[in-house]
Amino acid sequence: MKRIDCLKAIYPELVDCAVVTIMGAVAAELYSLGHRANFFYLEHAMGLASSVGLGIALAQPDRKVVVIDGDGSVLMNLGGLTTLARSRPNNLVHVIFDNETLLSVGGGAPGGYKWFTTATSTGTDLAGIAKAAGFPHARTVRELDDFEAAAIDALNVDELSCIVAKVEAEMPKSFLMDIHMLENRFEFPRALQQPPRHKDRLRRPTRLTKEQPTTIPALKSREE
Amino acid sequence: MPVSVANSQVVYDAIKGVGVRMVSALPETWLVHLIRMADEDPDMTLVRLAKEEEGVGVSAGAHFAGVKSAMLMQNHGFLQAINGIVGVSLLYKIPLLMLITDRGGFGEKDPWQTEGGKHTRPVLDALHIAREDLTRPDDVEPRLAKAMTLAQSSLSPVALLLSRDLMWEEPR
Repeated sequence: MKRIDCLKAIYPELVDCAVVTIMGAVAAELYSLGHRANFFYLEHAMGLASSVGLGIALAQPDRKVVVIDGDGSVLMNLGGLTTLARSRPNNLVHVIFDNETLLSVGGGAPGGYKWFTTATSTGTDLAGIAKAAGFPHARTVRELDDFEAAAIDALNVDELSCIVAKVEAEMPKSFLMDIHMLENRFEFPRALQQPPRHKDRLRRPTRLTKEQPTTIPALKSREE
Repeated sequence: MPVSVANSQVVYDAIKGVGVRMVSALPETWLVHLIRMADEDPDMTLVRLAKEEEGVGVSAGAHFAGVKSAMLMQNHGFLQAINGIVGVSLLYKIPLLMLITDRGGFGEKDPWQTEGGKHTRPVLDALHIAREDLTRPDDVEPRLAKAMTLAQSSLSPVALLLSRDLMWEEPR
């Protein structure tokens, strides 16, 4: 499964969500599909994309927040998964592209060569960690159809979801992004001043996913 | 517990008074009442962090979404959060109000607090982060208001150091 194909599959659904991505390949590929003002590319501070998403989700509970993360970044802030889980914003979807390598910071090479792998290459299960941290929904997908179905489900469901998408460690065609990070930083909050999309405009799930999302019993209270 | 409830309330009221509606925090002794006040206030969202650096991201997200926020932490929490402060708040020009308990100064009895206390101000200064001490209850509201004003106008982090004189009442 290729990251770019996953991004293409969800791109139409991201119209007026708040989208926060990590640096590198994910940012460059989403940008290559067509930049929108409601996309924020966190070009540094690996691990904090989900924390930024949490701040938005809590401040604007009526807006869907989509965090597009990577295995290397998530592994730098595993505690953040527990903070997300206990805060449990029901408007946040956490997509993690897992290519088992630190591709964008020099751990990958053209042709899919993995020069510096992450622990997911030796068995660390990020969906399992998210589930154990307390995410109500967390699953791993390996096929594009399953990714698309899981993403549409997650966007429709009013609960915190995590989708770990196993993807190839492929470089983007280009890392070029013709927007300065500060331009992006200032346009993004303006986009968040626009009212969020009405739910009826969301694409509905077209088929049941093969593997139903894992649900853990509701926590007794929102905190602990 | 000899943490000052009255002065914690003064600080909390000042935080609310400048429009803060989201607080992210990790506890330490001097912060127990402040965090409890945030937790008990239905108008405040309290985010309990696992590590302080996350709070910089949470505050950035809140700012993007139009909500004023603050971080409550100890000086070791500030030292822990440096990469986030540099890589999010300073790099992206995002206001960040940090309230840092100033452990490890004169009067500190816990040996393990003494090293972090020595480095907090030099590190703030090295990052050119504007800072002031909060030592007397009368100063709290005006200093906090001015700190928030500067954070918002300069799009920068600012730090208020919560002192022993303000937060701690030595048992007699």
